[in-house]
Amino acid sequence: MLDFLKEPFLAIQDFYILAGAALRNVFRRPHYSDDIFIQMDRIGVGSLPIVILTGFFSGAVLALQMARALAQYGQVGRTGQVVAITLVRELGPVLTSLLVAGRNSSGIASELGSMKVTEQIDAMRALGTDPIQKLVTPRMIATAVVLPLLTIIADFIGMFGGFVIAKYVLNLEGSQYWATVWQSLERNDVTQGLLKPFVFSFAISLVGCYYGLRTTGGTQGVGRATTQAVVMASVLIFILTFFVTKIFVSQANT
Amino acid sequence: MPDNPSGIALKFEHVTVSFNDKPALEDVSFEVPAGDTRILFGAAGSGKTVLLKTALGLQRPSAGRVSVFGQDISDMQEEQLFQVRGKIGMLFQESALFDSMTIEDNVAYPLLNQRSNRCSPEEVEKRVVDALRFVELERTLDKFPSELSGGMRRRVGVARAVVTDPPLVLFDSPTAGLDPVTAQTIIKLIVKQRDVKHTTTLLVTHRYQNGNLLANFHYEPRTDSLEPNRNGFHAAGHTKFLGFEEGRLIFEGGQPELEASRNPYIAKFVMHNG
Repeated sequence: MLDFLKEPFLAIQDFYILAGAALRNVFRRPHYSDDIFIQMDRIGVGSLPIVILTGFFSGAVLALQMARALAQYGQVGRTGQVVAITLVRELGPVLTSLLVAGRNSSGIASELGSMKVTEQIDAMRALGTDPIQKLVTPRMIATAVVLPLLTIIADFIGMFGGFVIAKYVLNLEGSQYWATVWQSLERNDVTQGLLKPFVFSFAISLVGCYYGLRTTGGTQGVGRATTQAVVMASVLIFILTFFVTKIFVSQANT
Repeated sequence: MPDNPSGIALKFEHVTVSFNDKPALEDVSFEVPAGDTRILFGAAGSGKTVLLKTALGLQRPSAGRVSVFGQDISDMQEEQLFQVRGKIGMLFQESALFDSMTIEDNVAYPLLNQRSNRCSPEEVEKRVVDALRFVELERTLDKFPSELSGGMRRRVGVARAVVTDPPLVLFDSPTAGLDPVTAQTIIKLIVKQRDVKHTTTLLVTHRYQNGNLLANFHYEPRTDSLEPNRNGFHAAGHTKFLGFEEGRLIFEGGQPELEASRNPYIAKFVMHNG
């Protein structure tokens, strides 16, 4: 009767097995440090232009939108505060992670999926390498390192975008904008702003690897795996951000 | 080989391999003495590739036992399997070369990663060049697989499979999709490897002609060509044919029995290609 539940439960089990093996491998030899740096370059440096662009415009849009709402209370001067808190706590981590999910979960899934359907994963095992150690763990470590860094960059660029709007559209004093930005940020904001991308990084890399490694059915299967990886990673980012936010909000209230 | 007093390179005992409860191999039993050749034939989806992957430990049998050089690999952990795989070379169906690596790195891969075959950098370089010279591709070291033709990629695959001098080599449809001339070159390389290094060889093929060449020809180093076997040389008894239909082993025997078989499925394989 409950047969329809079998497949999702098996999938979740497989995902946990993969995640467990990838995490365990962090402490086991051999370490493929070259692969970690290559992935950091691809995921981190590769995502930089798009993260900078979206960071700038999301900060700018935030300033424009918030200024209108704040004007009703005569608080346009506090635009910097709203921009900073929203960006650092939520928009910076989530937007950056969604971009990297779209760019790299798909990239990882299609690369590993192609390797799976052309038997390169089997060849790797036949030739003495654990594919999780060689392919999954380096991608996981690389994403965990670069995603918080990308988020920090996106946050700063976003604040700069807000500054441009504040100064040239809202005619605020630049120093006033930056002062409200710095004053409004607390340790709690920064902590969750950095913890979130760290947590999301595992969703992005492991979901991409998971769908890539279970690809079947030729090139069509690779396309399917890519789509599934992006959708699942994006959904997971929204679910995880809710839980992390909930924990931090509860903590702040107690 | 000290750990293999029986002299059996590969042994399947009532092996069943299932995917989602559907058997891809069903109750398959056979053994291959060291130095022998086996030609595996059968329609697409009859379980030949699954058999090779089971012999390598890439697939775990759902039932039965698989032994490689006297070691039972059926329940081995992946770590232990790496040791066993060091003794087996495999040419995958579409070569399965690593796209992101040069030809040199591809061929060097087992020498750098298989613990039992690790050697010094100078030795690696020498053996890679030797293996590529064996397949007459020593000028392609710095190229990537995508820069080579299908036949050349298959030859690099052969080089990677034999670079460690494994005593057992598995070839999965080495000539599929190749023109007859290139196919002939690949088969010549396989026979050359078998006769020069005295390896145990398993070959999956759809072409009866390939099986015929392996059963009745040997490599002649002086002329660098294949020549017909004469009496006593590489006796045909060392080469057997294994026929598969829907995961079951339906035929095991030499070429005369194969050609005399009245089973329409087997006859189709012989006639279709004959």
